[in-house]
Amino acid sequence: MTPAAVSWAWLVLLLPLMGTAVIALGWKILPGRLAGYLGTLTIGLSFLAGIATYFSLEALPPEGRRLVGSAFTYIGTSNLNVDLSILVDPLSVFMVLVVTGVSFLIHVYSIAYLGSDRGYARFFSYLNFFVFSMLLLVLAGNFVLLIVGWAFVGAASYLLISFWYRRDTATNAGIKAFVINVIGDVGLVIAAFLILDRLGTLDYLGAFEAARQIPPGDPTIVAACLLLLVGAFAKSGQLPLHTWLPDAMEGPTPVSALIHAATMVTAGVYLIARCHPLFEAAPSAAAVGAIIGTLTLLFAATVALVSTDLKRIIAYSTISQIGYMVLGVCAFAYSAGMFHLMTHAFFKALLFMGAGSVVSAIGMTNGSIDRMGGFRKAMPFTFATFTIGAGALAGLPLLSGFFSKDEIISYTLHRGGLYTVLGYCAYLAAILTAFYAFRMVFRVFFGKPVPEAKELAGGEQAHVAPQNPLTGEEEDTDVGFPGPEHHIAERAFGMKAAMAPLALLAVVGGVVAIPGLTAGVETFLEPTFAGSPYLADRPPEAEQITGLIIGGVLALVGVGAAYVVYMRRPGLAGSAQKKLAGVHALFFNAWYLNQLYDRVFVRPGRAAGRFGRTTVERVLVQNTIVGGATGVVRAGTALARAVQTGYLRAYALLLLVGVCALALYFLIASG
Amino acid sequence: MGIAWFVVLSAFIFAIGAAGVLTRRNPLVILLCLELMLNAGNLALLSFARAHGNGDGQVFALIVMVVAACEVVIGLGLIVAMFRNKLTIDADEMSELRG
Amino acid sequence: MIFEAILFFVAAAGAIAGALGVVVLRNPFFSVLALVGHLLALAVLFLLLRAEFVAAAQVVVYAGAVMVLYVFVVAYIGGIEEPLGASAGPLRILGPLFAGVLLIEIAIATIGSGLRAVSSAGPVVGANFGSPEAIGALLLQKFLIAFEAASFLLLIAAVAAVVLARRRRGLEEAGGDTPLQIGRRPAKGPQADDPAVAGTGGEAGRSIDERTPTVAQGG
Repeated sequence: MTPAAVSWAWLVLLLPLMGTAVIALGWKILPGRLAGYLGTLTIGLSFLAGIATYFSLEALPPEGRRLVGSAFTYIGTSNLNVDLSILVDPLSVFMVLVVTGVSFLIHVYSIAYLGSDRGYARFFSYLNFFVFSMLLLVLAGNFVLLIVGWAFVGAASYLLISFWYRRDTATNAGIKAFVINVIGDVGLVIAAFLILDRLGTLDYLGAFEAARQIPPGDPTIVAACLLLLVGAFAKSGQLPLHTWLPDAMEGPTPVSALIHAATMVTAGVYLIARCHPLFEAAPSAAAVGAIIGTLTLLFAATVALVSTDLKRIIAYSTISQIGYMVLGVCAFAYSAGMFHLMTHAFFKALLFMGAGSVVSAIGMTNGSIDRMGGFRKAMPFTFATFTIGAGALAGLPLLSGFFSKDEIISYTLHRGGLYTVLGYCAYLAAILTAFYAFRMVFRVFFGKPVPEAKELAGGEQAHVAPQNPLTGEEEDTDVGFPGPEHHIAERAFGMKAAMAPLALLAVVGGVVAIPGLTAGVETFLEPTFAGSPYLADRPPEAEQITGLIIGGVLALVGVGAAYVVYMRRPGLAGSAQKKLAGVHALFFNAWYLNQLYDRVFVRPGRAAGRFGRTTVERVLVQNTIVGGATGVVRAGTALARAVQTGYLRAYALLLLVGVCALALYFLIASG
Repeated sequence: MGIAWFVVLSAFIFAIGAAGVLTRRNPLVILLCLELMLNAGNLALLSFARAHGNGDGQVFALIVMVVAACEVVIGLGLIVAMFRNKLTIDADEMSELRG
Repeated sequence: MIFEAILFFVAAAGAIAGALGVVVLRNPFFSVLALVGHLLALAVLFLLLRAEFVAAAQVVVYAGAVMVLYVFVVAYIGGIEEPLGASAGPLRILGPLFAGVLLIEIAIATIGSGLRAVSSAGPVVGANFGSPEAIGALLLQKFLIAFEAASFLLLIAAVAAVVLARRRRGLEEAGGDTPLQIGRRPAKGPQADDPAVAGTGGEAGRSIDERTPTVAQGG
């Protein structure tokens, strides 16, 4: 008798798959906007099924909240048994709710945002496919299905990033994302091999049970964890595999909101949290993860300080915030990390949606904040929601980000040792985060209104000739490029309907985990992390409240600094840039990592490809192997052809020679 | 006279005919040499018919003569057609089967 | 016996001389004449072999009809004198060489095989041997099918000769490059410029009678 929770979980998984199939196969016959509504409906139903799963899971006693539902045995050999199974436990239900909830809102946003795009139906089938893959990843009950979901998510990401496929920049970005994801995939697969080798099974529960019996520091487990980290960092955009995330802003804004804020990039964090017994058995790997998380946190914050493209600032902010989450889960503060995952999903998606609205207002031809300013009066709704998102990002007191971020930091400080240092780095990053978050707000919405803002305030939306925002080359509005109309939140109800709930959640989302008062997330996730020695090791309330206060103060300091720099003394930013030109250039070029990778990997790769094409392909294969074979045959046939002279008498001679030979044979044979 | 003489004579004539086919260029003469070879064959047939005391060889020789006649007709017809169409009647020039 | 031997050698010499004449003489007319002599010598040899009917047929049919045909053709085409030694290089030597090889092989086969099979003059045969009566009986009884097939072959050859000799319409002007198809107009020629005619170049399969009025109008 399958528990109700498992049945609901299967439903959660299958609804988006059905949506994909129906839209992908029937998009030609679905009238008008139906594809979008259908896609949104499946995700909405999936979310409701997720809620049903939650309730049925909560109805069970805490010890019994780890359910495995198996569809069929995928591999059944003597020493390897892999089922097509899903694991329904609090962690996966948590992720399901976050993924389906935010996805539903983003689908609603997309109906309006991409309403005039020619590839409307394709987008929704891709989005549904992505949600299905993400849910598969999250609900997987063993490493095999995890890898399947992981790969699908990467594929969906590629499809969605290069959605406007006629843009070269978009397709290049898609390829870049995919290649870097593959590096992570390789790490993940090898990690799975090592886990199978050492622990004997690929099933989560079985592997984790076995891991708990092994003393910490086992080299195979450490290696496996490091490789898991490689996979997680590729997917979550941490150093050094982060370069694809800023480029992935080539995709439409809903894609950025969904994939690169709320769901796909959190897959790495989920992975580490899921495999926590392995990481607890390999503390060195966890430490490595925490260090890299913190480094990424600081690195991305510095780049976001000086970047000028609005969506890219938000992208670097994502990289930075995921650094927080990685730090949290690698410091064994699982519920804190997951809590920040949830709140981050809310405010980051909100920020992206707002950015989409602003970019639409200037005709989608430019994303630079240099071209934006003073949109406050023209776009009040966008302004309000964007500010709420930025505030939550900055960690302004009482907003959701405030609680989640500072919980991580207090846990980290409590962990002690190396983690104390990392905790202080996180505080530094908090100031930077608050600064750049409100840099965005002040630059875009305050200041002198740009012409588009003035027009919009007067009721007219700017119409600009379509062009590629990065390169400026001209485009048209047919399939493969953005559609002719650009929708802003003030005018599109769908966008407002999506942004409003997220704004609300960004404000009140923190109430579920106020230290000392509520411990919603922690209690909910406890059954998953039961058995972890770190579960009970939480910082005392006093420390947590102190941490909250410090965090709040730092956030206000950051916001205040941004206010001063951008509102009170407008020239300050410019002069600082000139004085610290070297530092500015370093930050602006993302610490030249892209250029480094280009030199070290891309150029040799391209040269190798060219070499292969010209030398190996042309000389070896075509000329030698193929040409040689045909040459030999040709020579042989030429030789044979030489007999066909066309001379009658030569043929007659051959006849005669043949007869002579025959006669000779008979002469000899007869004696 | 032993039959051997006739057979050797037939071989001789056959060889002369073969050499003629291979050496001459005029198709008419080639056909003539072909006739030589056929006649040599006839001679051999008749010799063996005599050697076995059987009339079969003679009938065979008659049929060979019929065939030779038909072949001459066709061959000459071809040559005449070629001549009439201003094609060359040189065996060496007719090398379109080349290659 | 002696008479036979002398006759044999004389006839053999004549046959060889005729054969050599065919091959060596440059003027094709002379070659034809040499062949006629050769055939007559062969007829004598046939008589020596007790093949009277075949000898008669040889003289009447072969030397009489076939060679006359040859003479006609040579007269029509004209004797083209080939220069001596004009054959293609290697063939000059290889041709006679392999012919000689063949000769030697057969000679060895005949003479070297112990002469048991061919040494004798053959069994004593009746007076009927080689007579028309005997040949006729064989033709109509034992070799009936071959006989009928031979006559069929003659019929085919006759038809073929007629077909080969038939004139094709318009081929004289074209010079013989066009494919031999009924009713197809050549591409070149004085009538190609006429639009009524040029358009018919692609029509295959239309009967000649149908197209004649068009040609008459266009011409």
